[in-house]
Amino acid sequence: MSRAWKHQFDPEPWSPDDDAGPASRLDPGASAGRLMLRRFLRHRLAVLAALFLGLSYLSLPFVDFLAPYGANERDVEHLYAPPQPIHLFHEGRFVGPFVYPTAGRADLREYRWRYETDATRPMPLGFFCPGAPYRFLGLVETRLRLVCPPEGATLHLLGTDRLGRDILSRLAIGAQLSLTVGLLGIAVSFGIGVTLGGMAGYFGGRTDYAVQRLSEILKSLPELPLWLALSAAVPAHWSPVAVFLCISVILGLLDWPGLARAVRSRFLALREEDFVMAAELMGASPARIIGRHLLPNFASHLLASATLSIPAMILGETALSFLGLGLRPPATSWGVMLNDAQNLTAVETYPWVSAPMIPVILVVLSFNFLGDGLRDALDPYHDS
Amino acid sequence: MDATGGETTGLAGDGTGTMLTVDSLSIRFRRSAAARPVVEDVSFSIDAGESVALVGESGSGKTLTCRSILRILPRGAEVCGGAIQFGCGAERADLLRLPAKRLRDVRGSRISMIFQEPMSALSPLHTIGAQTAEVLRLHGQASRAKAREESLRMFERVGFPDPDRAFRSYPFQLSGGLRQRAMIAMAMVARPKLLIADEPTTALDVTLQAQVLALIKTLQAETGMAVLLVTHDLGVVANMADAVVVLRAGRVMESGNCADVLGRPLHGYTRKLMMAAPVIPECPAPSFPCPAGADAILEFHDIAKTFERGDRTVKALNGVDLRLRRGETLAIVGESGSGKTTLARLAMLADRPDPGGRILFRPDAGKPAMDLLDQTGAGLLGYRRSAQMVFQDPYASLSPRMTVGAIIAEPLAIHGIGGAAERRERVRALMAQVGLDPAWTNRYPHAFSGGQRQRIGIARALALDPALLICDEPTSALDVSVQAQVLDLLESIKTRLGLSLMFISHDLAVVARLADRVAVMRAGQVVEQAPPGILFSAPLHPYTQALIAASPEPDVSRPIDIATVARGAGRPDLWPDSFRPTPDRSGPPLLEIAPGHFVRRAA
Repeated sequence: MSRAWKHQFDPEPWSPDDDAGPASRLDPGASAGRLMLRRFLRHRLAVLAALFLGLSYLSLPFVDFLAPYGANERDVEHLYAPPQPIHLFHEGRFVGPFVYPTAGRADLREYRWRYETDATRPMPLGFFCPGAPYRFLGLVETRLRLVCPPEGATLHLLGTDRLGRDILSRLAIGAQLSLTVGLLGIAVSFGIGVTLGGMAGYFGGRTDYAVQRLSEILKSLPELPLWLALSAAVPAHWSPVAVFLCISVILGLLDWPGLARAVRSRFLALREEDFVMAAELMGASPARIIGRHLLPNFASHLLASATLSIPAMILGETALSFLGLGLRPPATSWGVMLNDAQNLTAVETYPWVSAPMIPVILVVLSFNFLGDGLRDALDPYHDS
Repeated sequence: MDATGGETTGLAGDGTGTMLTVDSLSIRFRRSAAARPVVEDVSFSIDAGESVALVGESGSGKTLTCRSILRILPRGAEVCGGAIQFGCGAERADLLRLPAKRLRDVRGSRISMIFQEPMSALSPLHTIGAQTAEVLRLHGQASRAKAREESLRMFERVGFPDPDRAFRSYPFQLSGGLRQRAMIAMAMVARPKLLIADEPTTALDVTLQAQVLALIKTLQAETGMAVLLVTHDLGVVANMADAVVVLRAGRVMESGNCADVLGRPLHGYTRKLMMAAPVIPECPAPSFPCPAGADAILEFHDIAKTFERGDRTVKALNGVDLRLRRGETLAIVGESGSGKTTLARLAMLADRPDPGGRILFRPDAGKPAMDLLDQTGAGLLGYRRSAQMVFQDPYASLSPRMTVGAIIAEPLAIHGIGGAAERRERVRALMAQVGLDPAWTNRYPHAFSGGQRQRIGIARALALDPALLICDEPTSALDVSVQAQVLDLLESIKTRLGLSLMFISHDLAVVARLADRVAVMRAGQVVEQAPPGILFSAPLHPYTQALIAASPEPDVSRPIDIATVARGAGRPDLWPDSFRPTPDRSGPPLLEIAPGHFVRRAA
């Protein structure tokens, strides 16, 4: 049985024109790109990753200047030298950055190198001093380096490898190839993926069928043997740069199906949107529909997919070079360096030779975080 | 917190009859920049056997309020004050402070909920029966066999023609109406003390809505449960609720008995809602007769459209003949599956009809008509220029990456009209024409509300000075008060620019104020066609009668006539003899029984 309700109302003054609330919690004046940027900045890990990657890529042209040694500069006195710390205080007195000299001897009982530090002689580091010659940006021959080892001592912050080359310097210089192989590879796979995926999505029917099956076949091939076969076909006498280009192209050629699929599904989804239909009914040509209505709405998604596929490229290069089929010495890349780490005894006795794993992990993780952040940010209208 | 506070509880202080007391409830969004809560100090209570409606437009906080009762608020929302007492006597407890385990005992068994969209609220991988029986099994109320038996009984009760088959069906095998019935069965099977229905019929056609509402009402009478109905539709309130709470922007504007609030609204907002609610006029204004043989801008001749669905074919349209006269508004009304949207798509040449039909377009009065289906190239482009469309969903029909200025100028750009400065000028004029501030050209669609977006859509459609405007449910995604404004806008634009309007809608009440002629469609055919004055006062076809009867009015003295609805909206063999389809399934012919009044029935 229903009881009597008291009929009452809110006594506060009221006007019918009052806005019942903002139409949206988003800034009305901001463009979609701006909203995305704001949303991206909220994603801390992604911003951190972006900063890290940004710094890494920006420093690529200057690594020769930043690194204390050249990539193939050997120090036969210091084979497999362990990582060396930089000190600031000697016997309680501030000296500034310096190193203690080390001297190696062969331990013939355990059959390995042993290094002893002479902690009585602090040797200050030199800054903006001449080191081994290199070509700055490949143009100007120079010797100027940010930091150099003092005369009579060494500066191997991450130790040296089998041939006495400084691992830190090689890591920095190897980044030039390892980081760019991803970009080049992605450019290739992007080109193929967008073209084929776009065609599949726009024309549908047989084209779609053909592209889909082709990508499925590519995806079903065992990846590693295929890489191996293709890179074994690269002539051994080619220069490191030619091999590098070839490897990027190979990686790109095999990686496009994922991107093509992303493009195709996005295309199909967008084609069904009312605003695309509206443009069609207004009489817009296919070129205009693609260029003005479809592309802007999925360019950002492409960016995210591409970012997420770069790590695969970097890992691919590393894997190939590790197996000795990618880049070959004297070219320096992280994979080539890890080639040294194939020897288990070496890794056990001199663990620092596997140091290139660290940048590989960092870069791959950063790209993943960045990609995730981008993907989240790209849909600024979806409230989290 | 004092549990007996709030203005309404004092009236039911004995506590035996009160099932639920919501007491100065406030909800806010944690990360929201606005300091103000989205639900603020809302209080009401429901007795056993009573129905209370929470009414409000989008953003009023009605759904948040009802979800907080079961503590299923969306991510980011939190209750920041108040109490929700549920139960009688010793069982009474504050749901907001109940431990999770005890809350689970309450959910589903003593309070259950019906959601708006049955397709997404039912698990697609389980049969309806398993999902319903699960409710009983979860609460340990029944053995497997008993649960099955109970579920079957409930299926029968909610009107499944074959409960056994329903028990074994998956949600996708059922129609929308049956799915909502399954949802109700699931909510009711444990005999809850309180049923929360969040827009239970918004996704349904009106005739189905009428039947589902009647079902909830009967079940309530049988079990004596309390019902909390959340809706935006005052017509539904008038038919269902004993008491009503009007919400706006999270605050209670007005509350009281249904008859009081709807009969003598005290608050300005309630009055505004009442005014905006579209109503089928009881004594419609006599519509002016159109001169016979007047010049038709668009003509459909024997239009059929068949879709292939796997190995079977679906006839979406079956022999439609319609004429849209120059300068008139032709409303096409029908429920889902009637073919009205297909007709709109054909009119826009987004699709082609089956061979044999003809669509004629006469760009200027007295000129020869052109057959649209033969047009290619320049002719087609010309038609695209003079016929424009307003879409249903104002959110999907505007590209989120273009500014409003670019969106409105897009048709001009496509047809290469004017220079940049000229287009800018035109955009500003159009925005002013549809009631938008021309200074907003550089904003993006996300900055606008649904109604404003629909205005943008209309401005875009007007950019090319079309002769013909096709509106596909332009207001069905909008709030009632906004709907009224958009309808006003369309009407004034039509008269000012002398447009011809083809207006597609599922709602007779919406077209009542706008149309010069109404065509009622069912299953791909026009069943009745007349000026609104005649159609609403003397409908002849049982289906039209059902549509009119099912349309809920915000007036407690005019309840839905469920018998008429059931007769007209059911299978055609329930119709009187003369209306029944002929054995070859084509139906009787469309007869002109009075000037301008056509009905599909045997002579």
